Amino acid sequence: MSSAVTNLSYRYKVPLSLSVVIVITAAVVSAVLGWQAYRDLRGGLIAGAEGLGRTLSRALLPSLLSDEVWSAYETVMTPLEGIEDGGSPQKTITVLDAKGAVFVSSHPAQFPVLAPLASIGPSYAQLQRAIATQAPHSSVQFEDRVNDRILVAVPILADDGTHLGTVLLTYSESLFLPNFYATLTRVIGSTLLVLLVLVPLGWNIGRRMAIPLTSLAESMAQIGSAPRAQLTERLYRSHDEIGQLGRQFERMLDELEEKRNMEKQLIAADRLAAIGRLTAGIAHEINNPLGGMINTINTFKHHVNPDPAVTERTISLLERGLAQIRDTVGALLVEARMESHALSPDDMDDIRVLVQPQVSEREVRLDWDNGVSEPLPLPSTPVRQILINLLLNAVQAADQSGTVGCRIHCDNRLLVLDIYNDGKTIPAAVLEHLFEPFSLPSESRGGLGLWVTYQIVQQLKGAIDVTSAGAETRFVVRLPIPENV
Amino acid sequence: MEHGCRTLEPATELVNRRRALRQAAGLVLAGLALPVRGQIRNRAIRIGTTAVILNDQVSFLDEWARYLQEQIGRQVSFVHRGRYREITELLLRDELDFAWVCGYPYVSHRQAMRLLAVPLYQGRPLYRSYLIVPSHDVKTASFADLEGGIFAYSDPNSNSGFLVPQYEMLRAGLDPLTLFRKSFFTYAHGKVVAAVANGIAHGGAVDGYVWETLALRAPELTRRTRVAAKSDEYGFPPLVARRSIDESEFRGMQKVLTGMPDNPAGQSLLKQLNLDGFALPEEHLFDGIGRILAYVSTRQRLVS
Repeated sequence: MSSAVTNLSYRYKVPLSLSVVIVITAAVVSAVLGWQAYRDLRGGLIAGAEGLGRTLSRALLPSLLSDEVWSAYETVMTPLEGIEDGGSPQKTITVLDAKGAVFVSSHPAQFPVLAPLASIGPSYAQLQRAIATQAPHSSVQFEDRVNDRILVAVPILADDGTHLGTVLLTYSESLFLPNFYATLTRVIGSTLLVLLVLVPLGWNIGRRMAIPLTSLAESMAQIGSAPRAQLTERLYRSHDEIGQLGRQFERMLDELEEKRNMEKQLIAADRLAAIGRLTAGIAHEINNPLGGMINTINTFKHHVNPDPAVTERTISLLERGLAQIRDTVGALLVEARMESHALSPDDMDDIRVLVQPQVSEREVRLDWDNGVSEPLPLPSTPVRQILINLLLNAVQAADQSGTVGCRIHCDNRLLVLDIYNDGKTIPAAVLEHLFEPFSLPSESRGGLGLWVTYQIVQQLKGAIDVTSAGAETRFVVRLPIPENV
Repeated sequence: MEHGCRTLEPATELVNRRRALRQAAGLVLAGLALPVRGQIRNRAIRIGTTAVILNDQVSFLDEWARYLQEQIGRQVSFVHRGRYREITELLLRDELDFAWVCGYPYVSHRQAMRLLAVPLYQGRPLYRSYLIVPSHDVKTASFADLEGGIFAYSDPNSNSGFLVPQYEMLRAGLDPLTLFRKSFFTYAHGKVVAAVANGIAHGGAVDGYVWETLALRAPELTRRTRVAAKSDEYGFPPLVARRSIDESEFRGMQKVLTGMPDNPAGQSLLKQLNLDGFALPEEHLFDGIGRILAYVSTRQRLVS
């Protein structure tokens, strides 16, 4: 429940909170008004009873003095005329003599003449004690909660202050209940009317308060999937906290963009650096066949009349030399070209050609296993950059005359590049921070190679894992192959 | 009664003096009799009533006064008093010409009152006193059963509402002063019925004629009471005149009253009274009341 409330959108939370506060306030106000009305009406009833009691105590004085039961009866019946009484009378008026016995009552069945008050019921016995203990000159109010009655006793005093008797009025609380219910109905009715206006108003205000926040949240959720203009067009430019959040959000977007641009530049720079590193080997790779071809041509020139066999052999040598140069230059051209195309098996072969000079120089053995025979819907440039970076690192890290392996295959919609080498293991402490910039200070490349590789893998939504144990270091890159290009 | 007795003496004296004066005047001023008579005629006839009949009948009394006025040719006004004694005293002071009194005050003040007419109730000038109890009391059959209860009398000067029950109790060997835990007067028969019906009193003594008339007029009230016992018959509360009344005036009124059944308007009034008419009085009619008064007086110091 609480988590349901916590997880509720501010779109609903704010208006709901306002509405709940309004409803609670209205309920409390009605309850207070209702309680006030109850007290007022009840107080009015008691005051009325006491007023009537005082009037009656005056009027009854002669009857009590001359023991006129009937005239006392007529006096107490006068205020009750026209009141229809059923089984449980709502108002009774009883005159008690100085000893507390009934002198006469409007309801003689309940209060028989001469009956002691205490004998009529427990609440009357209590009242009798209250009358006896309180000064006989003051009136007594008593609540009979069992029968929902209010009892008011007013003394009948002679002119010299002698206590001659008591007028006892019992009022049923049901006397004011109809008035109370009428008041309550009015209070509840007006509260509902007020709520009818205030709740939609509060809801509306709450909604409007929540809109800047929800649109900010929506904009943040769209980072990376919507153009920047669309992200910022709905932000509120106010000076409150949400306005500040919006400005911070814009600043964050700026920084994100800056970071992305920097990454792009770094990756491009890394490509150029790789090409630079390749170039020395490649130049050697071109020089070798060139030297061979020049030698062949010189030899050929010494033959005055070369027989066709020598010519053919010479041409064949030149052909092979030129083909090797063409392949090398071709691979380099592709690498130097910036535009990307779909990854093909030729790209793998290009990489093999490009790293071959380094392999030869380091005199390592390259185990090459290319399991890709079909073009894949992956951009060629970043994949080639990953392969070159990891292979050059592996060749660099491998022992002299050691082994470097490269296994490329497809596995369940993933392109897996598995590059390994023997040589020193990377310490665990270094391994943890391997993909952070400049984590390998000893490396000649400035330590950005693996970081760039990591960024490219991230951009392709792939994963890169490194293990280094038992004199073998292995990098495994898994790139998801998109369904369609 | 003590107080009443003291005021009686000068009143009787006054009456006698007045009569003597008037007789003297009649002799001396025989020739000037007409103007004097005219003066007397101009004075309204004052008739006193008490609760011997039903209370609260202002409109009825107005109607009756108009009727009598037409019949007699003189202005008639009714004087109503709550207590029997007040009417008796007014009559004794000659402040009233006529009065409808109870048999008991009449018997007590026979020498000061002159019987004018006796109402006929169910064809006879007689009525009873009823002992009534609340209708839920189905056991009570006599005063003895009401021992320790609350009792309502109508008026201390009422025959049916006080004297008769006193007599009945004494005759049954009961002491009216100690039999009940409390007794009180309502000063009207109708109110005795209400006191018993509403449960203020466990029993009450009421004029049988009033109870029966109420049973016709307000049956919802009498239905809440039950007649536990009925007394012997006594002379119906009579209409009396002051002793000093002018003879022709007396006869005139007597004639008008007895002639009421012969007149549609009179019949209508009698119907409202639940009476059959008015008869010329017979003195011995009230002997019964006299007897029980004597019986009670010897055994009980009466309140009045």
